[in-house]
Amino acid sequence: MDGNKILYTITIFSENTVGVLNQITTIFTRRQLNIETLSVSPSAIRGIHKFTITTYSDDEEVMKKLVRLIDKRVDILKAYFNTDEDLVHQELALYKLATDKVMEHGSIEYLVRKYNIRILEVSKDCVVFLKAGHYEETQGLFEELAETIGVLQFVRSGRIAITKSKVERLSDMLAKWEQQRIGFVNPENVIENQ
Amino acid sequence: MDKINQTETIAGSEVLIRSLIAEGVDTIFGYPGGAIMPVFDALYDHKHEIRHILVRHEQGALHAAQGYARVSKKVGVALVTSGPGATNAITGITDAMMDSTPLVVISGQVNSTLLGSDAFQEADVIGVTQPITKWAYQIRRAEDIAWAVSRAFYIASSGRPGPVVLDIAKDAQVLKSDYSYQKTTFLRSYHPLPQVEEERIKMAADIINSAQKPFALVGQGVVLGNAEQELRAFLEKGGIPFGSTILGLSAIPSDHPLNQGMLGMHGNVAANMKTNECDVLIAIGMRFDDRVTGDLKSYAKQAKVIHFDIDQAEMDKNVKTTVKVLGDAKQTLPMVTGLLEQKSYPEWLEEFKSYAQKEFDCIIKNELYPENGGAIKMGEVVNKVTEATQNKAVCVTDVGQHQMMATRYFKYNQSRSMVTSGGLGTMGFGLPAGIGAKYGAPDRTVCIFVGDGGLQMTIQEFGTIMEYGIDVKIILLNNNFLGMVRQWQELFFDERYSETHLKNPDFIKIADAYNIKGRKVTERTELDGAIEEMLTHKGPYLLEVVVETKGMVYPMVPAGGSITNILLGNGHSL
Repeated sequence: MDGNKILYTITIFSENTVGVLNQITTIFTRRQLNIETLSVSPSAIRGIHKFTITTYSDDEEVMKKLVRLIDKRVDILKAYFNTDEDLVHQELALYKLATDKVMEHGSIEYLVRKYNIRILEVSKDCVVFLKAGHYEETQGLFEELAETIGVLQFVRSGRIAITKSKVERLSDMLAKWEQQRIGFVNPENVIENQ
Repeated sequence: MDKINQTETIAGSEVLIRSLIAEGVDTIFGYPGGAIMPVFDALYDHKHEIRHILVRHEQGALHAAQGYARVSKKVGVALVTSGPGATNAITGITDAMMDSTPLVVISGQVNSTLLGSDAFQEADVIGVTQPITKWAYQIRRAEDIAWAVSRAFYIASSGRPGPVVLDIAKDAQVLKSDYSYQKTTFLRSYHPLPQVEEERIKMAADIINSAQKPFALVGQGVVLGNAEQELRAFLEKGGIPFGSTILGLSAIPSDHPLNQGMLGMHGNVAANMKTNECDVLIAIGMRFDDRVTGDLKSYAKQAKVIHFDIDQAEMDKNVKTTVKVLGDAKQTLPMVTGLLEQKSYPEWLEEFKSYAQKEFDCIIKNELYPENGGAIKMGEVVNKVTEATQNKAVCVTDVGQHQMMATRYFKYNQSRSMVTSGGLGTMGFGLPAGIGAKYGAPDRTVCIFVGDGGLQMTIQEFGTIMEYGIDVKIILLNNNFLGMVRQWQELFFDERYSETHLKNPDFIKIADAYNIKGRKVTERTELDGAIEEMLTHKGPYLLEVVVETKGMVYPMVPAGGSITNILLGNGHSL
């Protein structure tokens, strides 16, 4: 990766409608930004999905423009970006190893302690390790395993992250909009959806 | 309201039509096909409420809906079938997105059970249109039609307007659903009207009050926000001269003493030069398009920039601003005006005049009033038409040299009088947009300026004009060239005229075949009489004027150059 580029984490809250991801990725494509990791799941608020996307950029202005364009989409509730200092973040990685190779290794306890590995599966064919951590940590384990034991399969999740700040952007905003909505709605016009 | 809110069980196609009526739609531009037939069938029972204009190609339906929306303040509606019907609409949808035109485009789609199976006339319309719409939604159940239509109109017309696509599966059109209609006024994830920050208003007013050489840039946002009066009050109290973007042109009458004309590549010299000399630059409902700014590195660097816009994504997008005034101009302008000191800048205005005089002497005089004979000039025709209509007509253009001549020389005395493809620059826009404009403003004269290239891109809409007897005045400026590309070839490609010469048909014969009265003018002496004949003729008219083959549009700021690097042509320089 280009030395002066910074990894930005973009957090997006959206309505759970079909095609939101397409709308988001199109905006990255137009700005020639490559998505490094992507993680999507239902958020703490029912009906609202949370996207966590990481991308490298050497220009914070580009990130500002990017989140404004994402925020502008009708189905998006809120989009913002952070750098690593603002976040507690994590990735998960799974490592599948051949059982006989693991047995030959001889110092599995050392590895488990050093990397804080959880062992998910042991069978006569394979052993599966799980490691949670930052990219460098999951990558570090991968490299050590690849060198010493050999890795049959490896997968790493996208980053998930939460902000350290006391500001809760989405819930504060939803509360504000709820106020606005009450202001907007004229009770005489409200017909319950069939 | 009571009647439409009663719950009934009806077919989805009927739900759609009633929903459109509930939104006040009385005119639709469209073209039928397999997957939208149930809707056309329902339309048959509502002919007295909704007028459907059958175009000759879906691109025409879109541009007509755009023209309609632009002059009428209403949402334009287009109705097309699935697959090729929808893909033919793409150019118009993109054009509407670029120019913030409120449209609801309804496309048929294959049965929901066939989606994704490469069914006959299936296209991934949502996938294709998401990047070029404000909102695109696929309806697969009849019960989703009413709320989706309600949401579509709300989204298309609120905030910064834009096109919305509703892609309706055929079975959703056929199956029955309960129907009640409720207008959308709120969406949790969409906030079209930003809250105005008083502090920003105050900051903007302070900067304007302390300005020595203020200059304003007026964009279409003023027109879309119906804020023409508010803008006028603001400019007049502040004594602020202004230039307009191509889409902002008719917001303030052409002859207003503060009006310095058009900005940008072929804009007026004074407006462009003063952008880089003013001390405060006030942008109102415009987005600093590259055709307006030229090279950003040398654009208005000396000025404090105040940006009024409703769209946060436009703030600091191209030009870094000193103060951002986010909000609806109709709301924010009067707030600032209230804090302004009554001012005038006679010396500053005088500086504009010297550039204007230079432009008149070097360019305009010979373009509008040529003295030495020779072929008819494009600007000359535009000028004669605007004079003959007392500057009261709606000017619709296609794209190219004639467009720049029309935007430079047509004059306006009321808003919503300029319909042109600004952002996308779509050749073929003019003729169908003019058709839509006539439906949107039936009492006004609609003059459509087209070139010989662009006319042939949507010339089939002569059929629509014939069928409905649409009274549009088509002025074809024929130079037998793709003139703007040829101009660039002359200037930047060593006069290598690669694929820009056109061997053209007899346009008058074509018009005649469509029962459109036409006249071809080659001599200057005939021009006034022909324009008179065109304007007094009841019904559509094609006036073909053979203009100089290698006419040039000047002034010109070469693409990517500084906005003050202005070519005047004919050996002149600033």
